[in-house]
Amino acid sequence: MLSFVIRRLGTMALTMLCLTMVVFFLINLEPNLKKLAISQTEMHTSAEQLESWLVNHGYRQNFFVRYGQWLGVVPKQPVTDPATGKPAQRFSFCNDPLVPTFAGVFQGDFGCSTKFKATVASKLFPALGATGILMFWVLMVMVPISLLIGILAGMREGSRTDRVLSVASIASTATPEYVSGVIFTVIFASWLGWLNGSAASASQGITFYNFTLPVMTLAIYGIGYIARMTRASMVEVMTQQYIRTARLKGLSFGSVVVKHALRNALIAPFTVIMLQFPWLLTGVVIVEVMFRYQGFGYTLVEAAGNNDIDLLLGCSLVSVFIVLITQLISDVGYAFLNPRIRVQ
Amino acid sequence: MPVQYISGFTVVLEVLSRFWPVWIALVIVMGASFAYKKKLALYGQLFDSGVGIVGVGICLFWLFTAIFAATVSPFDPLAQIPIMKDVLPGAVEPKSGLTYLFGGDKLARDVFSRMVYGSQIVLIIAPAATGFALMVGITLGLPAGYYGGKIDTVLSFLANLVLAFPVILLFYLLVTPGIMDTPIPYGMAGVFFLFPIIFFSVLFWTRYKNRPDRLYILLGITLILGGWIYAGLVFDADPLKIVHIDPNQLNIFVAVVFASSPGVFRIVRGLVMDIKTRDYVAAAQTRGESPWYIMLWEILPNARGPLIVDACLRIGYTTILLGTLGYFGLGLAPESPDWGTAIKDASRLLRSFIHPALPPTIALMSFVLGLNLLADSLREQSMKD
Repeated sequence: MLSFVIRRLGTMALTMLCLTMVVFFLINLEPNLKKLAISQTEMHTSAEQLESWLVNHGYRQNFFVRYGQWLGVVPKQPVTDPATGKPAQRFSFCNDPLVPTFAGVFQGDFGCSTKFKATVASKLFPALGATGILMFWVLMVMVPISLLIGILAGMREGSRTDRVLSVASIASTATPEYVSGVIFTVIFASWLGWLNGSAASASQGITFYNFTLPVMTLAIYGIGYIARMTRASMVEVMTQQYIRTARLKGLSFGSVVVKHALRNALIAPFTVIMLQFPWLLTGVVIVEVMFRYQGFGYTLVEAAGNNDIDLLLGCSLVSVFIVLITQLISDVGYAFLNPRIRVQ
Repeated sequence: MPVQYISGFTVVLEVLSRFWPVWIALVIVMGASFAYKKKLALYGQLFDSGVGIVGVGICLFWLFTAIFAATVSPFDPLAQIPIMKDVLPGAVEPKSGLTYLFGGDKLARDVFSRMVYGSQIVLIIAPAATGFALMVGITLGLPAGYYGGKIDTVLSFLANLVLAFPVILLFYLLVTPGIMDTPIPYGMAGVFFLFPIIFFSVLFWTRYKNRPDRLYILLGITLILGGWIYAGLVFDADPLKIVHIDPNQLNIFVAVVFASSPGVFRIVRGLVMDIKTRDYVAAAQTRGESPWYIMLWEILPNARGPLIVDACLRIGYTTILLGTLGYFGLGLAPESPDWGTAIKDASRLLRSFIHPALPPTIALMSFVLGLNLLADSLREQSMKD
């Protein structure tokens, strides 16, 4: 088991290295650098001035050197002030060092956000915290509801309850966040006026009034999928011999479901819930933009829209890490929950 | 001059009557399918369950809407008639006497016509991108599952690499106006569009290599047709100027294929690993058939059930992806009538007007729902055999 986890962690590190390199390459394409230079300098600058801005801020160094600097295996050089010829800070708002130092991801330095004029860490981690709160409430809503629907539907396959709940869960998987968000806002905010159509005020304090719509919107897309997986697994368990034996012993249907079927039926949904995280990530971006909630997704869109290289790299690193770590947890957890599975 | 309105009931009636070519086509196709359902194999079995009929009905409805869009929609989807800005549903346009059935949006365009034309964009890109993703996934998944070993390790690692990319990040990196200045999208298109040609060439070669009369005709058709479309799509150099794709559409197309082919790859690989242990594969190996013949003519036909179901779900998922792209304003032109862009435009103004938001959301939802219902009943029917 331990060697399995170590091997998986090794693959994970390799994957992250490859992916960050790809992201680094795509972000640093020539058109993106041009746009960054234009947005960072004054209006109507000439092409030479743009070029000299890029050179001055170290964007014209070798690709691998810059990637190494970002990682923290190559020392970051201070830039040379063209006026005085002395070393100067690359971005004054980030307290960049004046002497060559190793300052990269390995040292815990995520770089400097050109859009927000602050360090990436000071933008990214509060945003992640805000998204964490959102995710917590989404899971609190999504997991119990979807498991309940799945179990109720799978308990008696082919019954009317099953068919109604199945069609309802198919409908919910057909409703992406930007569709359900609009529909919920129209119903609950515009017509009924019960809830707030914007979660911008949730940064100060979360209330039922401003936080329900984002949570609901994000949860609805996942509910259908998890419910269908739970149903499939429940249907399979209910046809097993030991369920029939328990029934024949004279146990009531309810206690058979709760005591015998449930435990075995919940193994598969566990994996599915873990693997939902990457999907939730896209949803988070949509919902945070739609409801103006200042979290991780909002930061990602701001970074991408403004060619904020270091911030976008930080966001990519976090999201790729989340995807990979949930995959690992789902594999290990599956082996723990199901003693029949032996990892080699 | 104030704009005249017609009543809600008349709006409903007129919407229904605008769809007249769709209804006629729907009745003909559904009626014919019902009459001959015994002879139509898997497709005919769909008509045994209510869920299947509803699924087929919704999908065909949007298909015919896309085909007859010019007849169904009363206005040009891009035309702006200033007096109709933000009008409510049922407003009569004074000059032509036609009605803005679902009202006008903030740029005074007809919401109904835009919804109808939006279906065209979705119904062209989504199935085509899914088709290419299937080709790529199958061509790579077959050897990975069949040979295993190093090929499998490398290909699976690459697939997992793409799958570990959050879709939204991938789009923000790959679908930008700036990237069109670089050769990356064309390079990727060049690679992806090669797969169907390779697939069909190998398909015919393995089957007919001992029958040159058939082989040369089929290979010739594949190479000429494939090469023609390839030249048109990748280099925009179709000599007859028929095959043509806008650069930003190509960009979207490539990004969508890139995002969804690893999923197909994983499914195909899993299916092949299961099927290759069957007796008929062992029999073919004993006969001395070549590996690619076994993969393409023994294994692939037996994996078609799950693949068809997956393709249906995947078209729906691609539709959602296209909507996401439109919602973030990536790739598609800002005035494009596709549903995602329409939802983006309307959702910003929900506080003042809600009517432009509802038609595209309901259209997108119903189309994806139809595909999901179709996939669900296909799965159920194929499980029965």
